[in-house]
Amino acid sequence: MSQQRKAVALISGGLDSLLAAKMMIDQGIHVEGINFYTGFCVEGHTHAIRKKDKAKPKRNNALWSAEQLGIKLHIIDIIDEYKDVLINPKHGYGANMNPCLDCKIFMVGKAKQWMDANGFDFIITGEVMGQRPMSQRKDLLPVVVRESGADDRLLRPLCAKNLAATLPEREGWVNREQLEDFSGRNRKPQMALAAKYGFIDYATPAGGCCFLTDKNYSDKLVDLWQARNKKDYELDDIMLLKVGRHLRPQPHYKLIVSREDGENKFLKGYKKQFSTIEIKSHNGPLTLVDGEVSDEEFRFAARIAARFSQGRDADSVTVKLTRKDGEEQLVDIPPLPASDIKQEWYI
Amino acid sequence: MSHFTLDARRSLCPMPVIKTQDKIAELQAGDTLEVTCTDPGALSDIPAWCRINGHIVKESHEKNDEVVITIQVG
Repeated sequence: MSQQRKAVALISGGLDSLLAAKMMIDQGIHVEGINFYTGFCVEGHTHAIRKKDKAKPKRNNALWSAEQLGIKLHIIDIIDEYKDVLINPKHGYGANMNPCLDCKIFMVGKAKQWMDANGFDFIITGEVMGQRPMSQRKDLLPVVVRESGADDRLLRPLCAKNLAATLPEREGWVNREQLEDFSGRNRKPQMALAAKYGFIDYATPAGGCCFLTDKNYSDKLVDLWQARNKKDYELDDIMLLKVGRHLRPQPHYKLIVSREDGENKFLKGYKKQFSTIEIKSHNGPLTLVDGEVSDEEFRFAARIAARFSQGRDADSVTVKLTRKDGEEQLVDIPPLPASDIKQEWYI
Repeated sequence: MSHFTLDARRSLCPMPVIKTQDKIAELQAGDTLEVTCTDPGALSDIPAWCRINGHIVKESHEKNDEVVITIQVG
């Protein structure tokens, strides 16, 4: 009886990795999933901070995929290690701050380490040749193989027939004839395969799963680095970039103004790390002040925050200003007129 | 068999799951772990993680914007 071979599948939560893993399971391979958390992953729960999105299903798509497949999923925190990938990408950025090629190399390399440590035989990904402009170009797929250290133990079931045979194919662990030859941006072959397997309600076919591909988010990240005069971040920094309106009235401070109750609750968790502005006389946002401000600037920031409250048209609004050290004061201020909120303050 | 607690408040998905996963890796079969979270998504994610990894959710509830989930290690 031949030995059952074991593969670790990179599971993003999108359709392609779901299909690639399913193809291997159907060939009798023992598959376990691995999912890397960089801090930039787009998850329903991030959106769930906002109350208006609460009707959306709250699920982690990687977990959902694993459950559909009946496999274990190992979720790995790579937040700290990922900083170097983002800050110093050898192959550069995509359209925004997305270091897609370096990211793929890094993740496959981490999967290779996991494979070696856990006695697995090969790695599978849901990559499709030519589907993405940076990490899945035909001429760059070999770069991932080479620079990750995975070499011929990296199998891409969805486009394997377009590529040289890997070790699992050459050794007969998997049947190359049952692999696919998908290429390009057309998603119909994947959708047809999903239908064949009976997968419904899978995550968006485009599979975008990273905030770094988003222009607005990337702009906020670049602003953060410029304001601090260094390319660095902590998890809280990049989480806060996903929440609220961000306005920078002066180079040395930024305001994070919640947009509704869900964000208010989330931002409350940061009250000990930032100076804050709370609207007391009307319903209104909680505002974090990122940066050191004078008393005059603090009051000016409060006038901006009041602009986003239900007291925006009142002559005066009462606000509570709280310094990071806990010093509090109640002040009455006139909300800043809408015409005085400069468009260039918005990040 | 022992009872343990884990504070995963203020963590957003999937950090509560990762913290739970890492804590359970230190425990023995039959131990129980009570996880407290503020991300309501944990109510679906932690049970999903438990199902695929062979652990049992004994009880879960929401109270005062917090989610509390008790897991028996499988």
